[in-house]
Amino acid sequence: MNSTFLDNSLFRNIYCYLASDSDGCASRGYDTAVLPAGFEWLAFAITAFIIINIVINAGLGAVIVYIWGERRILGRIQNRTGPNRWGPFGMFTSVADAIKTLFKEDIIPDEADRWLFNLAPILMVFPVLMVLAVIPFGVGTFVVDINVGILFVIAVTSISGISVVLASWASGNRISIFSGMRSVAMLISYEIPMALSLIGVLMLAGSMSLGAIVEAQDLPFILVQPLGLFVFLIAAQAETSRTPFDLIEAESELAAGYLNDYSSMKFGIFFLAEFLATIVASMLIVTLFLGGWRGWDPIPSQIWFAGKTVLVLLFIMWMRFSWPRLRVDQILALAWKGLFELTLINIFVTAILIAIWPDPGITELLIMSAINWVVFFISIWLVSKLLRPSDYANPAPQPENPPYPVATDELPDEMAYTGGTTR
Amino acid sequence: MTTQVRTEPITVNLGPQHPSTHGVFRMRVTFDGEEIIDVEPIFGYLHRGSEKLAEERTYVQVVTLTDRMDYVGSMLNNQAYMLAVEKLAGVEPAPRGVWLRMIASELQRIASHLVAVGFLIQDLGAWGTPLIYTMREREKILDLFEMLCGARITNSYLRPGGVFMDAPEEFWPAMNELLDELPPRIDDLDDLLTDNDIIFSRTKGVSILTPEQMIDASITGPMLRAAGVDWDLRHRDPYDYYDQVSFDRPLHTAGDNFARYWVRVQEMRESIKIIRQCEKLIEPGPVRPEHDDVPWLLRPPIGDAYAAIEHSKGELGFYLVSDGSISPYRCHVRAPSLINLTLLRDMLVGELLADMFVSFGSVDINMGEVDR
Amino acid sequence: MSKAWDGAKLAESIHESIPGVVVDTSGTDIWIDPDSVPDVMRLLRDGDEFRFQLLSSVTAVDYISYFEVVYHLTSLTRNATAVVKSKTGLGRDEARIPSVVDLWRGADLQEREVWDLMGIIFEGHPNHKRIMLWEGFPGHPLRKDFATYEQSIVPEADRRVPTVVSDEIENGQGS
Repeated sequence: MNSTFLDNSLFRNIYCYLASDSDGCASRGYDTAVLPAGFEWLAFAITAFIIINIVINAGLGAVIVYIWGERRILGRIQNRTGPNRWGPFGMFTSVADAIKTLFKEDIIPDEADRWLFNLAPILMVFPVLMVLAVIPFGVGTFVVDINVGILFVIAVTSISGISVVLASWASGNRISIFSGMRSVAMLISYEIPMALSLIGVLMLAGSMSLGAIVEAQDLPFILVQPLGLFVFLIAAQAETSRTPFDLIEAESELAAGYLNDYSSMKFGIFFLAEFLATIVASMLIVTLFLGGWRGWDPIPSQIWFAGKTVLVLLFIMWMRFSWPRLRVDQILALAWKGLFELTLINIFVTAILIAIWPDPGITELLIMSAINWVVFFISIWLVSKLLRPSDYANPAPQPENPPYPVATDELPDEMAYTGGTTR
Repeated sequence: MTTQVRTEPITVNLGPQHPSTHGVFRMRVTFDGEEIIDVEPIFGYLHRGSEKLAEERTYVQVVTLTDRMDYVGSMLNNQAYMLAVEKLAGVEPAPRGVWLRMIASELQRIASHLVAVGFLIQDLGAWGTPLIYTMREREKILDLFEMLCGARITNSYLRPGGVFMDAPEEFWPAMNELLDELPPRIDDLDDLLTDNDIIFSRTKGVSILTPEQMIDASITGPMLRAAGVDWDLRHRDPYDYYDQVSFDRPLHTAGDNFARYWVRVQEMRESIKIIRQCEKLIEPGPVRPEHDDVPWLLRPPIGDAYAAIEHSKGELGFYLVSDGSISPYRCHVRAPSLINLTLLRDMLVGELLADMFVSFGSVDINMGEVDR
Repeated sequence: MSKAWDGAKLAESIHESIPGVVVDTSGTDIWIDPDSVPDVMRLLRDGDEFRFQLLSSVTAVDYISYFEVVYHLTSLTRNATAVVKSKTGLGRDEARIPSVVDLWRGADLQEREVWDLMGIIFEGHPNHKRIMLWEGFPGHPLRKDFATYEQSIVPEADRRVPTVVSDEIENGQGS
């Protein structure tokens, strides 16, 4: 058996309980064998099935809790109560909503391309669940730690862009088409800064494996890679199409964009994928920049990880509920004129620092962190100088001698000769 | 070598069921990519024939119809209608009634501008937070209306010659509390929105209308003042007692979406000033003339009258014709919401889909008034 | 305070440029010949004396024997108003009046509304279509002889709409 899987404690315990005389298990001191020899494949299949079930269901449960939490927090931000009828603190509201969504009528429009129409929601949720496979949730708590983790994440998440195009095209709806066009422009543009922003992290950690990156963070990379985090946070917001980058769904413009014609569970799956993608994005931010599961004893590493994820989620919600949406051209300008340059600056500076200190210890990391923060503020200031509109609140001066009345205190009194009467 | 990309225009019906059309409004829009190349507004989904209905009701009963025209500016509608009736019938209004209706209509103006600003930000794509902040203040104003007349939206508070009942004693401290509370809230709004880069970049230089264009198209109100034209009927043609109060007319010169938004925010502050002055000037007395002078069943002499006020959306005018009977022979409404949409096509052509509803929202229309 | 032009003075001033177009004056109102509407309105908009840049409102009244189109004009720079009326469709003929859209674009939607609800044809309007009601709607509702669907189909004896509404109200039951 591949030792990558056996590093996972949950997998090891189930697999070695089932399978007999396996090299990996015997050397690790397992001596139970429920299945006879030659049935290692069955043991592997059962174990994989159990673990996939656990991960997917945990993901779905997290989404249910997250939706509830987001609605409560949205309520607090908006000066109202939020859901509070079903269960304690309205906790079962999302459950009720999920059940309601299941029982809705499933409508497929006549003009829709049935096959693609049904395929799109699956393509949407599938990559997000796949990313869960490589995230280390705690010490020994992960599905698999592959050595090209980051590459895998970037490759897999870009599939969801295709599903939006499929959904909008297959609906046969003109408003949906706009959504598809926008998604092509936006999601693909933001793939680039998102991928490039992680190169600094890779150089520091010296590995693409997410587990190794967590191990390398003696100093959380938020301190060493502020620019990388900044770009990744924005790009992740855009990739998950949350406000202020939610122009794919753009409720006030496109009603619901590509979701217009979806109903029932297909809509539910899209909805689920959107929220799960947000959770996964925060988990990636925690893993890559906030030290992952690392924390202090006696709190277990899984709790550290969950707590950090919730913090990032809160930050994302705060952004989402405060700001209006950007326009298409502004979003693309931000990606190409702002974030892309920032990532290049980040790669350049980090590369020089790595060249000076090839194997940084904690002191070197602190020095790098100081330099990087200086670079961060300077480059952000420069880019915002280029992209920001100029100050505008004060009105321009009135033109001279316009053919209409401008601000004066005395009213014209040219009516004397007309014999006018007061209205 | 350059390659020519061939694009095809695509025509989309936006509305009447669309989350951002502020009611049931339909636009047949032709796009080239995201760019708008043609717009045809289609009205009438909320047409209830108010003008025809008014011909079969007495002069006092018509007040309830005016409430339902612009339902976020009911008090102002009542005021315009009452001015027309008073002019037609030659009624001398009771001073206290006039002051009360000035207070009511200025409160309504604040409420209406709050709705306009809140929904403009909503159209920009904010997740409802600024909208609910503005709605919170509007709720308090509606509470005050409930104290005044028992209704929150469809007030029907005004009667020929004044209002139908005096404000209760609790009204004045409650109003003062609100007036103390509002300026900091408006400052908050300013901090959150006016200084916001995203709102700047989304609204600046979008859908510019020049003052000449707007005067030509009969556009009035905050839209006209956003282009630098100092035309406010409260100042130029003071009705009621507006000549006894002093206030500024905030002007912006850009004539774009941001200017329209900015003018509305500033006008709220001026309304607060006016209410404070009204409160000082109001004196005890009857709130409407004696019943013998102005009976419920008013029979104005044969003739016609046109009276206009500065509504929160523009010049709201009522043209009444009397044939000497108990109901108006003809009641025409000069609806600012409808007329301000005259230049909708000019505003939108050349802009992007994303700015379409923002520009549309910055006109600040109300479908109840557009279709009547 | 806005000042309203006195009808007689306004007629006099118009006659200096275009003689014989004002049919009648009363108070602040003047009545002009419908055919002369474009000329008079152009004078009122551009004439140095008048400068009525803003067309406040266009409406129409059905006086049974004729229709009256009413224009309310406002001068922003002079702070003055004027009321111009024009009788058309005498004897309930087809009511026609020249459009003023090429002078004021603000007349666009208002003239369409008047056509839709009152049935007055504005000659030269670029988009002379119904606005509130749908194409093919029978009749023009604000006309005094407009019969609702119910009124035109149901025999008079069975109609729900009482014909003596105003008596009831006068007896105190309505208010």
